Amino acid sequence: MEVVKIENVTRVYQIGKLETQALRGVNLSIESGEFTALVGPSGSGKTTLLQMIGCLDQPTSGRVIIGGKDVTKLNRNQRADMRRGTIGFIFQFFALIPTLTAYENVEMPLLLNGHSPKERQERVMELLKAVDLTDRANNRPDQLSGGQQQRVAIARALASKPTLILADEPTANLDTTNGKQVMDIMKKLNKETGVTFVFATHDPRVISYASRVVTLQDGLIEKDSSS
Amino acid sequence: MMQILKMAFRDLGRNRRRSFFSALAVGGGLALLILMSSVVAGEMGSAIESAINLQTGHIQIRAATYDENKSSLKWEDLVSNPDEVANKIAALDQVETATPRLYASGFLSSGTQSAGARITGIDPLSPASDPYREGVISGDYLNPDDRDALLIGKPMADKLNLEVGDSVSLSLNTADGNVQDQTFIVKGIYTTHTYSFDSATVFLPLAKAQAMTRTENHASTIFVLLKDTTLTDSVVPALSVSSNLEIKTWKDLNVLFVEYETFAQSYIAIFYMIILAISASVIINTLIMSVYERTREIGVLSAIGMRGGRIMMLFLAESSMLAVGGVMMGLIIGVLATLYFNINGFYIGDMGLSGMTIADTIYAKLTMENLVNLTIMTFVVTLLAGLYPAVMASRMQPVEALRAEK
Repeated sequence: MEVVKIENVTRVYQIGKLETQALRGVNLSIESGEFTALVGPSGSGKTTLLQMIGCLDQPTSGRVIIGGKDVTKLNRNQRADMRRGTIGFIFQFFALIPTLTAYENVEMPLLLNGHSPKERQERVMELLKAVDLTDRANNRPDQLSGGQQQRVAIARALASKPTLILADEPTANLDTTNGKQVMDIMKKLNKETGVTFVFATHDPRVISYASRVVTLQDGLIEKDSSS
Repeated sequence: MMQILKMAFRDLGRNRRRSFFSALAVGGGLALLILMSSVVAGEMGSAIESAINLQTGHIQIRAATYDENKSSLKWEDLVSNPDEVANKIAALDQVETATPRLYASGFLSSGTQSAGARITGIDPLSPASDPYREGVISGDYLNPDDRDALLIGKPMADKLNLEVGDSVSLSLNTADGNVQDQTFIVKGIYTTHTYSFDSATVFLPLAKAQAMTRTENHASTIFVLLKDTTLTDSVVPALSVSSNLEIKTWKDLNVLFVEYETFAQSYIAIFYMIILAISASVIINTLIMSVYERTREIGVLSAIGMRGGRIMMLFLAESSMLAVGGVMMGLIIGVLATLYFNINGFYIGDMGLSGMTIADTIYAKLTMENLVNLTIMTFVVTLLAGLYPAVMASRMQPVEALRAEK
């Protein structure tokens, strides 16, 4: 089943009088359960493409279809609803809410989705167990290592059982051991839950985990290869 | 909602000192408003009370032709048989006391010094004269049958270098348009702590004043004190006086005060607005700083699907908490400060407002109405101040917010 369909998407940034074309007409289709890496040098457009797929930004032209729905026509709140129900995010900078505990960070998407307290508790504990952080449930982000924080972020991304998880350079701020641990968990969850992962990276060790590698260059897909 | 409140509370805890001082700014503003309103209420209340007790009474019965400014002494401008009229009025239940008084323009001189004076003939034994009796600071109070003694205010005594027992020459107008002179002994010096009154008013026993002014059995007014100021409007219709007399209430007799109060209220309202604007700007500043510091976090919340409305609620919850904290601090500080000035008062001396019986010490007076109004006003203004930063946070584009430096 096609989870993501990108049709001739362009994205032009206007900075003062200067126009920068981040995407120049990208076409891409991602099937359910894929573990896809978007690779390319800095400025190649991989983060921009990830933001288009994640309904965080809107294309200048073209269409983005997520789960069969054209998200380019959605308004601000509808896009927020789309992200909440369908998409999980993992960021390079961990991006946990610093005032909330690990437990509360994972619980946040469930709260936004209106789950009952019992459902929330079961789901959060299940996810913290999956990322091996049950004993850190009550710690705040500043009491966790970078690797632990990123694992909490993975648990949070999975909380609402999304069909798609987008990760932007998820290991960029981690050492080799923690980076490997995070990728192992992502791969394991991909296999166990069937959730689709799309991640942007230029780390060769991370690329080796991908079942499909999409290479971008100057805002265009240069190469698309499956292993 | 609980989660929003929890997050808001913890967000404020991130920078406790800043949150504390922001709330304190709100609290300080409210405390200042409470104190100001209490001082104004105290000042106005005591000024009206002083004016009633010292100068105008609650009600006066006068001849319809009487001209207060001229202190007219013509018989036709005076109340004849004043004791009879006063006794009739005093018989009413709501009336505390009713007593005749005579006013005359006079001139005191001692050695090379001289001063104009408002000579007031009073019944020294009437309860209406209590404030003067109680105000005697040296010498003795008047007796009804004193014939060469007068009571003089402290500022005038100082001006004329007079002490108790000194002689002073008094010249005053008479009913037939002549001037009568007599030397009096300063029997007592009084103060009502109301400079404008004390510096101009000289008391004589009514009988002596009537004799000297040749007004005989006449008085300028029947001075009426009621059991309560609020009874004034209900007593007026119950008074039946002859057609040549008219009834004046304390409101008619203190027009200047009523106007001054209206003016003071509008003046104070401007101060209120300035204080509230300062408090509001502190809150706006704090929350805008918070929005900028947490831009990336706002991006994350937006990315995980929090709608703009909820992000706005989060910041509004923070401003509400600052408002609650600030209002609580303000209430404590404001009420304590008011209590202090309610007991101790503060000395303002001579305000220099002629014709206004403003006491030299103001005692703050807190009313529940003021307290509730100011608290609600401060709370609402603080909430409104939080609106702009909250809207700003809710309108952030997630992509740009996520790109922000931490």
